[in-house]
Parts: sequence; structure tokens; C-alpha cells
Amino acid sequence: MSTISAPLADSRIMLRRNLKHILRNPVTLFNAALMPVVLMLLLVYVFGNAFNVGEHYVEYATPGLILLAITYGLSGTAVSVNSDMTKGIINRFKVMNVSRGAVLTGHVGATMLSSSVAIAVIIGMAFALGFRSPATPLDWLGAIGIAAAAAFAAAWLTVALGMAAKTPESAGLTVVPLLLLPFVSSAIVPADKMGQGVRQFAEYQPFTPIIESLRGLLAGTPSAGYAAAALSWCAAITLAGYLWSRATFSKRA
Amino acid sequence: MTSSAIAVSGLRKAYGDKTVLDGVDLEVEQGSVFGLLGPNGAGKTTTVNVLTTLIKADGGTVRVAGHDVGAEARAVRAVIGVTGQFAAVDELLTGQENLQLMADLHHLRAAESKQVIGSLLDRFDLAGSAGKLAGTYSGGMRRKLDLAMTLVTRPQIIFLDEPTAGLDPRSRRTMWDIVRDLMAEGVTVFLTTQYLEEADQLAGRIAVLDQGHLVAEGTPGELKRQVPGSHVQLRFTDVVALDAAARVLNGSTADDAALTLRVPSDGGVKSLRALLGQLDEHSIDVEEFSVHTPDLDDVFLALTGHASTKETAQ
Repeated sequence: MSTISAPLADSRIMLRRNLKHILRNPVTLFNAALMPVVLMLLLVYVFGNAFNVGEHYVEYATPGLILLAITYGLSGTAVSVNSDMTKGIINRFKVMNVSRGAVLTGHVGATMLSSSVAIAVIIGMAFALGFRSPATPLDWLGAIGIAAAAAFAAAWLTVALGMAAKTPESAGLTVVPLLLLPFVSSAIVPADKMGQGVRQFAEYQPFTPIIESLRGLLAGTPSAGYAAAALSWCAAITLAGYLWSRATFSKRA
Repeated sequence: MTSSAIAVSGLRKAYGDKTVLDGVDLEVEQGSVFGLLGPNGAGKTTTVNVLTTLIKADGGTVRVAGHDVGAEARAVRAVIGVTGQFAAVDELLTGQENLQLMADLHHLRAAESKQVIGSLLDRFDLAGSAGKLAGTYSGGMRRKLDLAMTLVTRPQIIFLDEPTAGLDPRSRRTMWDIVRDLMAEGVTVFLTTQYLEEADQLAGRIAVLDQGHLVAEGTPGELKRQVPGSHVQLRFTDVVALDAAARVLNGSTADDAALTLRVPSDGGVKSLRALLGQLDEHSIDVEEFSVHTPDLDDVFLALTGHASTKETAQ
């Protein structure tokens, strides 16, 4: 028996556990991958032509749908985190000298992996629907970086939300705002086509710079300003989610 | 210093202005089974949570295996195992995977963990369901898996917080057998229960907790002796026999309506033989004969002045 508990080894064990959960309960992953695809089909074939965004609609919508692919997977994480906290297994870990952060990082890691799958599916779908990008490999790398930062931030915030909720059922609901926010951003239609008030909100909420920076990178016209704003938002949300999770984790026995 | 597995003195804990534990003193000998008995809300789970480093005490000292639970929590956690009131198993993992998770987190080597897991599955009669998701297990199986998970780490001191709450009688007996086996292996067991019979069956020493105070402590026998009323009850077919017996047996009280006679007795074989001899001598026929020793329910009533609120747990 080892007396030094390695946080990294513990995190890996927890990650494996959470991945098994996702595979055993594939509805969540299915949701994350399928809902954005359905939305994409709806937007591109049904509404898209009505929006008149000045370009091929699938090219306009893909960056926003990448974010939706991230957010649609989050309710599963919130429920799973909350179940850990409320069903007693957390106390087992706590009395075992398991590295405290490992429980949290395991969930974040598993969420990141399932987000990656959903993102890959939506990008594949976009190409199938005629999405073409002049982006250089470096632009792609940047886009992947931004998407990963967004997924990371969303995962930490969701872990915190799941941790703070009273029951697994309410935990699933806490992420609903995250599902709705992209719709009042420039994800589906440009913000300047929205009404007073909503437009200002859309312009200043975190999803807009993230989506705009992705859009720029995928169009081969990266914008440093949007990228900086996007990364700042991601860093701030990650930090807030992380601190909130830690605080709630130590508070709940 | 001391060979006590658990030493608690002056333990206090309050949530807001609600005092849950108010100066609890406990001493648990190594290798013994200690029963903490009390109704719902007495503070049993809070006590276990403090002793297992899950929550911090507001006052008093608590040493487990010689380590202070506050300052040396890691050392305490290394030697304890806890099975709580609610089975803490991972429902989306199989029984086998649950045990493997514990072995991994404890950094057991592959060969060792395989051996430990195999023997635990056999011992708890779970080998047949090892490949099924724990979520499909019955309540009794879950509890067994939960305890098996606790034992993967081979703890010296095991805390069982109401280990049989909500189990059917058969599963309860199985649990009791497991606790007795643990005791035979020299493991110290700290058990909480609101089933008085359970404490009587398993524990060498019992402490009775009521509203955050210990109201009694001792062996089950000692506790029972604090309660008067050990007696023999005789039932007769008619009043004539009853009256005859009442004349012969000193200090007896007759109940004419029920045709019963209550005779004070220590319940020992010698005094019973003497009693029966007297009846025989006077040719008095007895319809029914029973010895009543007070059970722990009587003890609880005598100690706290109110009944154990057992029905709330059902």
C-alpha cells in the first residue's frame, strides 16, 4: 500500500470511472452529438435561407453549432457530479485519502472527451452539408484551441453547478441557461439583426466573442481582438467554476 | 499511551444553535464491537462523521487508532473503513468494477487486488453477480457490496452506520454474521443502530445516546441489570390453582382476570428449579410458564424516560 497518494493517478482512476459512466449511459452523449446535428439540419435546410447572413448559411452557423455541441453535453455532467455528491459515494472517497481534486478533475476530463466527440460529429456533419473553409492548418489549430478552452470553461462551471445543486434532477436544470445563451448570441443570426436590448446583451455575453473568434479562424480571417476576448472569458469562467467547485466540495460533507 | 482503538472525550458538535452532540465520552477497546444505540436524531451519524474525519468537532478530543482526527486526518483515514447508512456503491459500475475502483484508489498491485477482490466476492456470496451493474442489485446485495468495498483496504477499525437499516430479516442475519466474522479477525467495529436487538446480538459494549448525551454505557448484561423487573410468569387454568400458587410463592402478584401470577426471580436455573419444586410439592398444575428478562427496549425506556422512537425508522 502506498502512503503517498498521487493526485494524477487518482484523477486518471476517476476519469476512467466517469468515462465508463458515459458509455453505460449513452443517452447523454447521444444528446450532445445528436441535438446540434438536428439543429444544423433545421437551420440549414429550413430557416437558413430566410436569415440572409451574406454567406452560405452552413458556414455562418457552424461555429455556433460547435458551441452548442459543447453545451448540449453538459446536463449529463451536472447530473453525474450531483449524484456523486448526494448518493453517498463521495463520503467513501473522502475517508479514503483520495486526492480531493481527483473527483472534480475526473468529471472535467470526461466532459472534455465527450465534448470532443460531439464537436467532431458536428464538424463532420458541416462538411457533409457543404461547409468549406479556407482556413490554414494554423487557423484550425487556433479554432481547436478556442473550442477546447470553451469546453474546459463550460466543464468547470458545470461541475460547480452540479456540485451546488440539491438533487440530481435540479442539477440537470441548472445548465439550461448555458443551453439557451448561444441562441441570444451571434450563433444563429448576427447580433445586429436583433432588437434593442437583446442586441446589446448578445454583443457583450461570453458566447459571442467565442463564436466570433471561431468564425474568424474558420473563415481564414482570424481576429486577435475576438480571440483575446474569448480566451479571457474562458479563463475567467474556468477560474470561477474551479473555485466555486472547490469551495462547495469542501463544504458538503 | 493507550490501547484504545477509539478514545473520545467531551465531544461537542452543533449546527447553528442546534446542539447535536453535547459532551460525549467514549472508549472503544481494540478488537471489540462497540454499539452506539439511539433513536433517530440522537446524534449517531454525526458521531460517526466526526470519528471518520468527515466533519470537524466543535469541541473535545477524538483519537482514532491513536491519531487525532482533526490534526492527523490522513493517518486516521489510512486505518479506517466506513460503511454509511446509504449504500455508497457506484450504480453504473459492476460489483467487480466497484471493488476494482477501491483497489485502484488504494494503489494495490494488480496481482494483489485480483486476489483480494476474488476472495471478497466469494466471502460475500457476490461472485455470481460480479459482472452485473450494482444498480440492479437488491438492497441486501448492495449493502454487502458496500461493506466488501470497505474491506478492500483491510481497515483495522470499521465504522458501520446503521448497517441493517431497511434490510429484510434474512439480509440482516447475513450482515450480523459478517460483523461476527470481522470481530473474529480482530477488527474493531464501531456500530450504530436503532435496533436494540442488534446491539444486544453483536456488541460487547453498548452506549446509549439520547439527544446528544450518553445516558448509559456498559455490557448488554449490565444495562439490563439497571432495569428492575426480571420475573417468571405463570398461567393457570383456574382461579383455585392460581390462589394456591399465590399462597405458596412469596412476593408474587396475581392477576385474577388473566389467571397469571408474576413471581420475582433472577431467571437463573437454580431459582427456577426451586420454584418448580415448590409447585410440584403442592401439586399445582401450571398451564404456561415463561421467564421474562428485560430487553433493551425496557432499558431505553428506563434510562431516558421515553420510548425509543423506533417507528420513525420503519
